[in-house]
Amino acid sequence: MEEILKVEGLGKTFTLSKKQQKLEKTKEKKRVAVDGLTFTAYKGEVFGLLGPNGAGKTTTLRMLATLIKPDRGDAVIDGSSIVRDPQQVRSKIGFLTSELKLEQFFTPNYLYDFFSMLYGVKPEVRDERKRKMFDRFGISEFAEVKVGNLSTGMKQKVSLVISLVHDPQIIIFDEPTNGLDVITAKVVTDFLQELKKDGKSIIVSTHIFNLIEKICDRVGIIIQGKMIVCDDLKGVTGEKTLEERFFEIYEETAGEAV
Amino acid sequence: MRNNILAIIKKEFVRFFGDKRMALTTILLPGLMIYVMYSILGEGMMGRMSADEDYVYHVSVVNMPQSMETMMENMPVQIENVSEKNEGEMAKVADKETDLFLVYQEDFDGAVASYDSETSQGAAPQIEMYYNSTKPESSEGYQMMIAAFDSYESMLANKFDVNGREGTYDLASDKDETGMFFSMMLPMLLMIFLFSGCMGIAPEAIAGEKERGTIATLLVTPMKRSHLALGKIISLGVIGLLSGLSSFIGTMLSLPKMMGGESGSIGVDVYGAGDYVMLLFVILATVLIMVAALSVISAYAKSVKEASTAILPLMVIVMVIAFSSMLGDGAPTQWYWYLLPFYNSVQCMNGIFAFAALPVNIVITVVSNLVYVMILAAGLAKMFDSEKIMYL
Ligand SMILES: Nc1ncnc2c1ncn2[C@@H]1O[C@H](COP(=O)(O)OP(=O)(O)OP(=O)(O)O)[C@@H](O)[C@H]1O
Ligand SMILES: [Mg+2]
Repeated sequence: MEEILKVEGLGKTFTLSKKQQKLEKTKEKKRVAVDGLTFTAYKGEVFGLLGPNGAGKTTTLRMLATLIKPDRGDAVIDGSSIVRDPQQVRSKIGFLTSELKLEQFFTPNYLYDFFSMLYGVKPEVRDERKRKMFDRFGISEFAEVKVGNLSTGMKQKVSLVISLVHDPQIIIFDEPTNGLDVITAKVVTDFLQELKKDGKSIIVSTHIFNLIEKICDRVGIIIQGKMIVCDDLKGVTGEKTLEERFFEIYEETAGEAV
Repeated sequence: MRNNILAIIKKEFVRFFGDKRMALTTILLPGLMIYVMYSILGEGMMGRMSADEDYVYHVSVVNMPQSMETMMENMPVQIENVSEKNEGEMAKVADKETDLFLVYQEDFDGAVASYDSETSQGAAPQIEMYYNSTKPESSEGYQMMIAAFDSYESMLANKFDVNGREGTYDLASDKDETGMFFSMMLPMLLMIFLFSGCMGIAPEAIAGEKERGTIATLLVTPMKRSHLALGKIISLGVIGLLSGLSSFIGTMLSLPKMMGGESGSIGVDVYGAGDYVMLLFVILATVLIMVAALSVISAYAKSVKEASTAILPLMVIVMVIAFSSMLGDGAPTQWYWYLLPFYNSVQCMNGIFAFAALPVNIVITVVSNLVYVMILAAGLAKMFDSEKIMYL
């Protein structure tokens, strides 16, 4: 198996502002969000990061997508380091998250072309790809409607399609089904499985066991910024369900930590 | 890829010009408002003046001398002769019924003829003139009479004249007059208009994108941060320029109306193509440094509102510097003054409008501003790369 993502000792500590301290009713000035994470993902597989709220999933994925910089460790994505070569990393990955907003004023069609330009996609390739993706997600009839006037679900689909204008080989997806109704959620999970069939490598984060069981080949459980287990799905669950196994692990770790 | 700068510029233009309301309120409206306001203001002022010109002053007089009667024949006055100085006439002035109450001493002409300021003992012949300073017509009438008396008095003791013959003694040309007026007013107005234009758009384009979370979408693309910064600054510069120029054109068009009848000698036609080219370069360099500085400040802010507050100190500084065109005696000639941003713009404009600009100083201004813009753009690019500034 070919390594596509190698994370080593990745760490991120946030300094909490006065406002955040008050909001979270805490006196501590620092928050260790990710604490020396090490794991590997392989080409062509779907890797799931599973963890409760505040475990550090989003922070990890943001570091992998080079939106924020780690203060310890490094990760190498398809040969490029997120610390030393972030620009290279950006051109290789597609980062999907509800945090990345599209400007309300523009139409899906305009935004697709705009981002294709920024990713250096040639117009011929772009037009063909756009037609295929717009048809696939039912965006075609809304291609000239301003994003601001689209429904939430349609906005999400447009976001997804635009994050993939450069047809990246590695896709990083934070909470793929969060905030989507069951129908749209199914469209997205089906699409992820399609991408996998096409040989893409996918990293997702979620706290939904069901999603992991459905699409992931391997899973890493993080709690309080630390990787507790990381193995293929069978290796983690054994004879139990993922849910049962997760609570066992959680009890052991959280029990230790308290 | 240079193309990315173009893509950003194009996107900003589509965003701006595609939004009809935004484009109209930023570009057309400022110029139109200024034109309409200044024109109404100018017409109002002229209207007041012409009404005054037709006014006939009501004057009561005691002991009207022959000499004064002739003198006042040509003045817009209605004279009522009164036999003696009395409280009643004074009360009429106080109550604003009449404008002036004049009391000459008896046999005023005789007394004047026999009085010699060098030899005579005792007081000079007297005129008492009662007026009411709270009534504009009374006050103006008073001024008019004082002027008339002064010239009559100097005529009586005429020893020499200054500029007594017909002809124009002020040898300043139209060009000089225009230059002086414009070099004081226009740099200030231009700076203020340009800055307001830029101020209306930079917070929206930088802090607004941060606030709405759309900047992160740009930052996950492999585009260079410096390209994003340059694309933003250039597109904002063009829009700021259009907005500032709109206000400026509005001012220039309404200027003749503002100045009333005196505008005859003052006009933009005294400037040649060379002056306009220099002006254009200076304005461009000015707008660029304005948007660059405003962008950097906006990038620190979390929201458009916060950005609008954060740029106020810079606004005050630019306004104060803009006022420097009204003071002093023209633009300095030493080159080093032209290294100071904003000040160099004001003084270059001052020099151009006064026909006194040194091309070398214009070049220094444009080049130094471009260097500052590059530095600010690099700073902005660094800020785009800073997670603390962009997401926290
Ligand atoms: N910008 C920040 N400043 C301060 N603390 C932060 C910041 N971002 C995240 N954190 C903290 O870091 C920890 C990890 O957050 P993160 O968002 O990575 O968790 P998560 O696993 O994605 O949780 P969720 O399931 O709620 O999305 C949390 O305690 C969070 O409060
Ligand atoms: Mg999260």
